[in-house]
Amino acid sequence: MGKVVLVTGVARRLGGRFVRRIQRDPEVDRVVAVDAIPPEHHLGGADFIQADIRQPGIGRVLAETGADTVVHMDVSATGLGSGSRAAVKETNVIGTMQLLGACQKSPTVKRLVVKSSTNVYGSAPRDPAVFTETTPPKSLPSGGFAKDTVEVEGYVRGFARRRPDVAVCVLRFANILGPAADTPLASYFSLPVLPTVFGYDPRLQFVHEDDVMEVLRIASLEPARGTLNSGTFNVAGDGVLLLSQCSRRLGRPTVPLLLPAVTWAGSLVRTLGMTDFSPEQIRLLTHGRVVATDQMRETLGFQPKYTTAEAFADFARSHGPGLLPPEALAGAVDRIAALPVLGGGHPPTQSAN
Amino acid sequence: MADAKVIPFDDDRSRGAVQRPPRRRSMGSRRRTTEPALVGDVQPLPSRAPAQDDVPVTQEEQPPQQPQSDGGWERRVASGLSFLRRRLTGDYEVDDFGYDEELTDQVLMSLLRPVYEKYFRVEVKGVENIPSQGGALIVANHSGTVPMDGLMMQVAVHDNHPAGRHLRLLAADLVFVLPVVNELARKLGHTLACAEDAERLLGQGELVGVMPEGFKGIGKPFSERYKLQRFGRGGFVSTALRHGTPIIPCSIVGAEEIYPMIGNAKTLARLLGFPYFPLTPTFPWLGPLGAIPLPTKWTIQFGEPIPTDGYPPEAAEDPMLMFNLTDQVREQIQHTLYKLLVQRRSVFF
Repeated sequence: MGKVVLVTGVARRLGGRFVRRIQRDPEVDRVVAVDAIPPEHHLGGADFIQADIRQPGIGRVLAETGADTVVHMDVSATGLGSGSRAAVKETNVIGTMQLLGACQKSPTVKRLVVKSSTNVYGSAPRDPAVFTETTPPKSLPSGGFAKDTVEVEGYVRGFARRRPDVAVCVLRFANILGPAADTPLASYFSLPVLPTVFGYDPRLQFVHEDDVMEVLRIASLEPARGTLNSGTFNVAGDGVLLLSQCSRRLGRPTVPLLLPAVTWAGSLVRTLGMTDFSPEQIRLLTHGRVVATDQMRETLGFQPKYTTAEAFADFARSHGPGLLPPEALAGAVDRIAALPVLGGGHPPTQSAN
Repeated sequence: MADAKVIPFDDDRSRGAVQRPPRRRSMGSRRRTTEPALVGDVQPLPSRAPAQDDVPVTQEEQPPQQPQSDGGWERRVASGLSFLRRRLTGDYEVDDFGYDEELTDQVLMSLLRPVYEKYFRVEVKGVENIPSQGGALIVANHSGTVPMDGLMMQVAVHDNHPAGRHLRLLAADLVFVLPVVNELARKLGHTLACAEDAERLLGQGELVGVMPEGFKGIGKPFSERYKLQRFGRGGFVSTALRHGTPIIPCSIVGAEEIYPMIGNAKTLARLLGFPYFPLTPTFPWLGPLGAIPLPTKWTIQFGEPIPTDGYPPEAAEDPMLMFNLTDQVREQIQHTLYKLLVQRRSVFF
C-alpha cells in the first residue's frame, strides 16, 4: 500500500507545485491537498479538500483520508491576497496547533514535515556569523513572522515529544527565491530602487524553489539508505551574497537610508499596503543571516542544485533587468577600455585573465 | 569608482618599472612581488621604507619614457578596468563571513598600507613563526584606544607572509553594531569574537587573530601602558585546543602611544553606549585634529608557536590546563614586550 500524503497551504504556488511534484512519486498513492480557499492553479490529480486548518474540522479530514504523511506548508510570512497580518498569524500559529492536535489523535500519521524558516534565528549584530541548527538566538524575534515560526517550532517540538513514533522533520528554509516565489524578499527585490540601511551590507542566503521541492520530497518519503530525515535542518544554497552584490547583479540602484528613516519608511509602506516591509525584514536587511548547511548535506543527504548565487541569477533572469542593467555597465566599462587614449582596442578581460 | 581606478596607478609608481613575475591570481596582491627577498628575513623592512620614500618623486615623470613600463601601465589600466567591471556588475565572491578578498587586496589594503609603511613605519619580526598552511591562532596584546593595532597586524601578515596568508581577526561586538564600521570589518574578513566563529574559521584552516584583552586592554589609561590585562576567560585556548592548532603569541609595541589616554569620560561613554570615552592631550580639545594618532614607530613581533596538538581531546574541557596555557601565552607576550621596549630607541624613531 502506498502513502497518503496530506499537504496544507496548497493555495500558494509553492504548495501547489509541491502537490503536483509529490503525486508523480511511485511511492505515493494519493495526495490530499488542503487549504481554506480553493487554489487558482491546478493540482494535478490531487484531491482538494477545502478546510481551514484553524478549525477542528481538519481532524475529520485527517481521519477520513487516513493520511500517513502530513506536509505542513501553511506557515508563511504574507497573507494570500488581502490577508491581514492578524489572519496570517492565526493561520501560522493556531492553524499549526489545530493540525498538530489532529495529528496527535490520528493513529495513521507516521511522518510530519513542517516548512519553517531561518527567521527563527533572528538577526542581530551580536550573533555568530553562521548559525547552526543548535545555535541559540541571542535575541528572540519580538514579533511578526519570525515570532510565528519560533512558536510553530515550539509546538512541533512538543508534538514530537508526545508522539515519539511519528518522524518529525522541520525544514528551516533560507529566503526562497525562484520564478514563482511570492516571499517578502522577492517583492523587495522587485522594487525599482532598493532602499538599504546606510552603513550595513547584510549577507544573504537564498534557496531555489526547485531545491525546496526536492528537499520537501526527500523529507516526506522514506529516508534513503544512510540518511536520516527526521530532525531540524537548515536548507540554503551554498555561498553568500551581499545585498550590494544582489542589487548590482539585479541592476537596481540602491538608496542608502539611515536606520530610523528605514524603519519609518517601512511602516509607511506597510500602511499603504505596497509591500510587506516588516521590522524583521528590516533587521534581516541590516544584519543579514547565514546558516550552516552541514546537517542538510550529511544527515539529510540533500545536495542543493542551485547555489545562492545561481538561485539569485535565476530570479534575476525571470524579473528582467532593472534601471542599471549589469550588462550595460559592463559594456560601458568595456567602451572606456577600448578608448585609444588608454591604449585599449582589446577587451580588458582578455589581458586581465 | 575613483579609488578603484586610481590604486593600480599609484601602485605602479611606487613599485617603479620593475618587470613582475607572473601572479598567483589574475588580480593577486601586488605586494607579493617583493616578497621573495623578504622570505625568512624580516630585516629588509625598515630599510625598504626609506628606499621607497624617494621613489614617487623620481618616478612621477618617468614611466611614459620607458617602453617596458608602458606595457605594464597599459596592463594595469586593463586590470583596473576589469576590476571596476567586476565590482560594478557584482561579479565577485564573498565567503560565509562576508570576507571580500578582492576588495581587501585591491582597495582596503592599499588604503591601510601608507599608514602602515609611512606613518607608523611598522617593523615586523618573526613572520616565519606563522605556518604557511593550516589553522593557527595569533594572540596579541591590545592597546591604543582605537583598534589600529589589529588592522596593522593584518597588513603585517598580508604583506610579509611568504604564503600570502590572510589574517582573520575576531572583533568586539561593538564593531558589528556601528554602521559603516561593521560593513568594512566584515569585508576585511573580521568576525565576531565568539567561540562559534573562531572554531569555524580554525576548522576551515584559516589564520585567526584574537586580542583577548579586549576593551580592558585597548581602553586602559596611559600610565598602565605595556602592562597586559587579564586574558578574558581563556576561551581562545580551548578553541585552539579543540582544533589542535598552534597558538602564536604576538607582541605589538608602539600602539600604546598613538592616543595616550589620560582620562575617561565615563558618563559620556555610558550615554553613547561605548565601553570608554578617551580623553587624550589632544582629543577632544582640538576637535577632529585631535583624532590624528601620534606617529609612533611600531614593532610587531610574532613569537614561537605554542603547539596544542599534543593534548588529548578532552583537554579543551580541562580548566587547569587552560589556565596554564593562557598564562604561558600571556607571559610570553609580556616578556617579548619588555624585550622590545628595552631595544626601542625612542617612541617616535
